[in-house]
Amino acid sequence: MNPIDMAEINPSRGHFHYDTPYPLDAGVGLSHATIDYISDAKKEEPWIREWRHQALDIFLHKPMPQEWSPDVLHELCFDDLHYYLAQGTDVKQSWEEVSPDIQQTFERLGIPEQERKFLAGVEAQFDSEAAYARIQKTLQDQGVIFVSSSEGLAHYPEIFRPYFGSVVPVKDNKFSALNSAVFSGGSFIYVPPHVKVTQPLQAYFRINAENSGQFERTLIIVDEGAEMTYMEGCTAPSFSKAMLHSAVVELIVRPHAKMQYISIQNWSHNVFNLVTKRGVAHENAEIRWIDCNIGSKLTMKYPCIVLKDERAKGEVISIAVAHTGQWQDTGAKMIHLAPHTSSRVLSKSISIGEGNAIYRGLVDVHPRDGHCKNYTQCDALLLNVGSRSHTFPTIRVRGDRHCVQHEASISKISEEQLFYLQQRGLPKAQALSLSVNGFINDLLREFPMEYSVELKRLIELEMEGAVG
Amino acid sequence: MSSGLSVRQLQLQVENRIILKEFSLEVPHGEIHALMGPNGAGKSSLAKAMTGHPDYHILQGDIHFDGISIRDQAPDAISKLGIFLAFQHPLEIEGLSVANFIRSALQAHRNPQETFLATDFYAQLYHYMDALHLDRSFSSRALNVGFSGGEKKRCEVLQMLMLKPRFAILDEIDSGLDVDALKTVADGIHSLHKEQKMGALMITHYPRLLQYISPDRIHIVLNGKIVRSGSMELIEELEHGGYQSFSSL
Repeated sequence: MNPIDMAEINPSRGHFHYDTPYPLDAGVGLSHATIDYISDAKKEEPWIREWRHQALDIFLHKPMPQEWSPDVLHELCFDDLHYYLAQGTDVKQSWEEVSPDIQQTFERLGIPEQERKFLAGVEAQFDSEAAYARIQKTLQDQGVIFVSSSEGLAHYPEIFRPYFGSVVPVKDNKFSALNSAVFSGGSFIYVPPHVKVTQPLQAYFRINAENSGQFERTLIIVDEGAEMTYMEGCTAPSFSKAMLHSAVVELIVRPHAKMQYISIQNWSHNVFNLVTKRGVAHENAEIRWIDCNIGSKLTMKYPCIVLKDERAKGEVISIAVAHTGQWQDTGAKMIHLAPHTSSRVLSKSISIGEGNAIYRGLVDVHPRDGHCKNYTQCDALLLNVGSRSHTFPTIRVRGDRHCVQHEASISKISEEQLFYLQQRGLPKAQALSLSVNGFINDLLREFPMEYSVELKRLIELEMEGAVG
Repeated sequence: MSSGLSVRQLQLQVENRIILKEFSLEVPHGEIHALMGPNGAGKSSLAKAMTGHPDYHILQGDIHFDGISIRDQAPDAISKLGIFLAFQHPLEIEGLSVANFIRSALQAHRNPQETFLATDFYAQLYHYMDALHLDRSFSSRALNVGFSGGEKKRCEVLQMLMLKPRFAILDEIDSGLDVDALKTVADGIHSLHKEQKMGALMITHYPRLLQYISPDRIHIVLNGKIVRSGSMELIEELEHGGYQSFSSL
């Protein structure tokens, strides 16, 4: 077994909180006054203020998803939340300058250490604003931009503005409209043509305050022939009251470029995680979402790839773990707009106790004469009698000469398998986690080593609670 | 209580059926015994009960190993006492490699403070794999997934050799093996028996295995009871008249 960082890996590692003062607080509830407060606090230009107000109107008019969403979504109360909480300080480029509470928070989460070990750049967001952002100088010299989205908006409007909202329109869904109204923080990344960023850039999102929301907005542009991997992690303290995390992520991957976006979602079990993630892949470009959902009360997230031009490739790799009281409503959307585009979806979910894992997928193939390919595989593992798994695939194919495949399986770990492993001396919890790890092993290999070790360990710890 | 395995007046229930009634068996330390009988005689049920399978309920009597009662002990605790069961039908575990599994099992048996080197582990694993005529790619295959009948049995013996139990229950280890494989498996059992006086209970319904591993004692089981115990002369009787010849007793 790998001894790497065993002691510090813990699913409850994020369950602590500091009584941090927030000089900037938009108060509880959401109205046009909230928008003005945020725009004032951020000293924004009129166009963006106007954009926010319009988005709020759209949000207020759009109904909640009714028929298809898990009922638990309706427990979310928009009037109980803080929409903007910040300390009003600038984003720092050294950890020493970051305020002590925040610095200590990220120390406890191991972020500065990871940065030293294997990351090319880090952005750390605390509630509504980024506290720290830094990128290796060599990358900076090559023209790579990695800043918070607020800074991107302020300092690089010529790149930011044309792409902002171009992939996920405000009115895409109720929560994209909400995010557009109150967004704050998130990353803005630009990788110039042919620059290959070999180590991951990482963002870490932390919610510290009770009954608050986090609405980060991420915009990433990978220019022609460039390559990069972005990694996001997140935690929040475990409060009894609900919290909301509603992000929008937009990726633009230009011709012949490659982008990999990895997220490990480990929110505490009181967080509603309602996220819209979408990327556009241009000619011969590749986008890969690697999405792992372990935490939150309810996650609704379906990373999408629009294969816009010929020979674009898309892939979604998704792992979800749902415990009692959790709904992991995840999936993937592949929109094939051009001929000779290909996509692949590999999804594995594990339901524990009375956990609910849902796969919702869309494969939408448009070209009339196309040679488009999609392969989708969703496998579900149920651990207990009350565990639930649902699969809702939607496949729309127009035109001819396409190849679309969907495979699904559902399995259970049998008592006989556990007995076999136990007979060799393994305690039941370990027998269970070895079987579960075996189930997702091929997908875990897709993660960078540092993260796959952590993920394995996280899942092992989840299993310890599963033995009844 | 004596060392070795001691089954006393065992009454065993599975799914509301009584499988064994007043079943007794003694295997003194370091001896190899054979338990023979037709299908459905209750041999495999005894093996499951001895290793703590949750579906097998001991209603009366008890099983002791080296003086310790294994009744109400979890399967992993019984394994740590040194009892190994080579399964008649080993289970398939997707995504779990043979090497990883054996390493995890070894670790579970050891003191957590004790560290052991990956290089030592693989040296030993490969040594036994060579002895069992398993090629090097075998250790990275998923446990029992897509294995032939013979590979499954050899994999069981490989695990046994690595874990070095004090007592092995070999449930139909000979089924599905050709003569060469049977010899290899027998060699494995012999070596542990010689090196560290491992005791064993071989469950079989064919006398063939006993040509390669000669037991100290043979027990014939019919309808949940031992009807005869003796030495190799029972084999002759068995080959002559089959199990029916014992049923009149």
